[in-house]
Amino acid sequence: MAVFLTKDSKVLVQGMTGAEGARHTARMLAAGTDVVAGVTPGKGGRTVDFGERRLPVFDSVAAAVTQTGADVSVVFVPPRFARAAVEEAVDAAVGLCVVITEGVPVHDTLRFWARAQAAGTTRLIGPNCPGLISPGQSSAGIIPADITSAGPIGLVSKSGTLTYQLMYELRDVGFSTAVGIGGDPVIGTTHIDALEAFQNDPDTEAIVMIGEIGGDAEERAAAYIDKHVTKPVVGYVAGFTAPEGRTMGHAGAIVSGSTGTARAKKDALEKAGVRVGQTPSETARLMRELLAGRAGTV
Amino acid sequence: MDLYEYQAKELFARHGVPVPRGRVASTPEEARSIAEELRAPVVVKAQVKTGGRGKAGGIRPAPGPSSTEAEARHVIGMDIKRHIARTVLVEQATVPFEEYYAAYLVDRADRTFLAMVSARGGMDIEEVAATDPGALVRMPIDPVRGVDREIALELAARAALPEDVREAVAGVLVRLWQVMVEEDALLVEVNPLACTADGRVLALDGKVTLDAGAGFRHDHEALADPAEGEGLEAVARARKLNYVKLDGEVGVIGNGAGLVMSTLDVVAYAGRGFGGVRPANFLDIGGGASAQVMADALDTVLADPGVRSVLVNVFGGITACDAVADGVVAALRMLGERGLSRPVVVRLDGNNAEAGRAILAAARHPRVRVVTTMDDAAELAARLAAA
Repeated sequence: MAVFLTKDSKVLVQGMTGAEGARHTARMLAAGTDVVAGVTPGKGGRTVDFGERRLPVFDSVAAAVTQTGADVSVVFVPPRFARAAVEEAVDAAVGLCVVITEGVPVHDTLRFWARAQAAGTTRLIGPNCPGLISPGQSSAGIIPADITSAGPIGLVSKSGTLTYQLMYELRDVGFSTAVGIGGDPVIGTTHIDALEAFQNDPDTEAIVMIGEIGGDAEERAAAYIDKHVTKPVVGYVAGFTAPEGRTMGHAGAIVSGSTGTARAKKDALEKAGVRVGQTPSETARLMRELLAGRAGTV
Repeated sequence: MDLYEYQAKELFARHGVPVPRGRVASTPEEARSIAEELRAPVVVKAQVKTGGRGKAGGIRPAPGPSSTEAEARHVIGMDIKRHIARTVLVEQATVPFEEYYAAYLVDRADRTFLAMVSARGGMDIEEVAATDPGALVRMPIDPVRGVDREIALELAARAALPEDVREAVAGVLVRLWQVMVEEDALLVEVNPLACTADGRVLALDGKVTLDAGAGFRHDHEALADPAEGEGLEAVARARKLNYVKLDGEVGVIGNGAGLVMSTLDVVAYAGRGFGGVRPANFLDIGGGASAQVMADALDTVLADPGVRSVLVNVFGGITACDAVADGVVAALRMLGERGLSRPVVVRLDGNNAEAGRAILAAARHPRVRVVTTMDDAAELAARLAAA
């Protein structure tokens, strides 16, 4: 098992005929993903060859879903088209929509989020995220598949490269699913959603949670862990040295006044019993110790 | 992007939100001529992107043109919480009969818009929220429906505004919502929203934050701060680099916002052992580390005279490390003398990391040191910066 994405997931790619979409479709296929179709309005009826796989292109998500049974969509379209693309996926009741696009206006995210909530049939991940991967099964997004392996750790993170760093450091242990939820101020799936899924996933034994400055998602996640998560969690928070009022790369990564600081997030996590690493490597080390300790008690 | 008060008010006026008559001035003489045009008592307001202007003496009444010039001379150049007032807003003085508070913002946690209205405007709203939470009405706004007259009236009623002003306030709330939506704002705040003795409602102050991500569908370039057009950050922006200047000694270049933030932290952590050495900047080169991008990044970081060593921290995921190493070697060659000026610690990890390290070793650049782990690389960069 894994969370949100498994070997049975049938993936369609919105924007597959663009450069980024094509490049990452090839990588997803190489990672074992069952990519079944592409969607580009106006290019329906064409096909695109990826080695031995020839994928059909549809004009609409609805048509792609009807024809192929796709239940996951990965969105690679440019920011100005993102809202329409996501709303199409929501309207077609695609179960999981992963929005890779960076630079989606917050107003657009709020509108497609409201639409997805009203419909109640689509889980959104992102925008501005690397997607998710269940190693050995499927990958929906841009997370490199060849840096890690399948295993018992679940990972949820706002940051792509920190996800890769931890996946690589713990590659010998391996991951059930790694979910990059994205660094925008407003995102679909949250740390809490992923924590809940990992808690309920029989194949996940322990969880890595990576956060960063901005907002209070980590504080909320800490409260959730305290109440609902019995599996061990190690954490990492980036941005201790970030100055107040400056956006650090991710649109959502900003300390405003006294809110959104790394210190507050780390303290909240530690209060909830989460061991928080001082560096990514120390975080990986804590996870190893934790798994070794568990193995010893069995 | 945060706007100055005068810019916020220009946007307000464009969307039909009443504001006092006035204009921005960058010299005392200009301020004087605006007061002459207005032919009324004015108020001279320091334009800085921070609160507490009144307490700091940055808001001054002036009965006529000559006092306006004198007050502007006093205010221009004033330092308010480390923000220098380069301009002043000269506007017609308004005597409020009552002062309210109105704001729209993005609620990150609940993933919706939030309206906040209070009958207790004119003071620090965080204090109102803390001491008298019932006096600040918070209501989520459906992004599809938005704020129409009905919702605006509901807000005014819930905030217990006097009945005879609710209709007028509701009209302003609907227009402020237009500012929010049509300008892709993340924050629109009016404090105070004044009601005058003759029943007019107008925005006496304005705070607006625009969504930089929505820049493609707006003409907001002109609102960019001229003061932000100076220095290394402007140079970096022109090169399309994601750079934030800090005040330490170790220049940092990396890929991915999270990894770069983390690198700054790890440098600061290692720096404690070397007399408190700190990171000099944030610089995220993103996914593709071409030689040109790497050269631009190194050039920008090395142009900071405070930088004593540089740490390049790249995780090869999509871009493999051998390509990154080629980029570093080519970039240092392109930079010539400047590339030799300070030590550069390179840490490559991930895909093809060994091939990448071999390329760097073979290049035998005199100032490049290759380190395998992030923690060790940060320690070496901190030590070199302290040496």
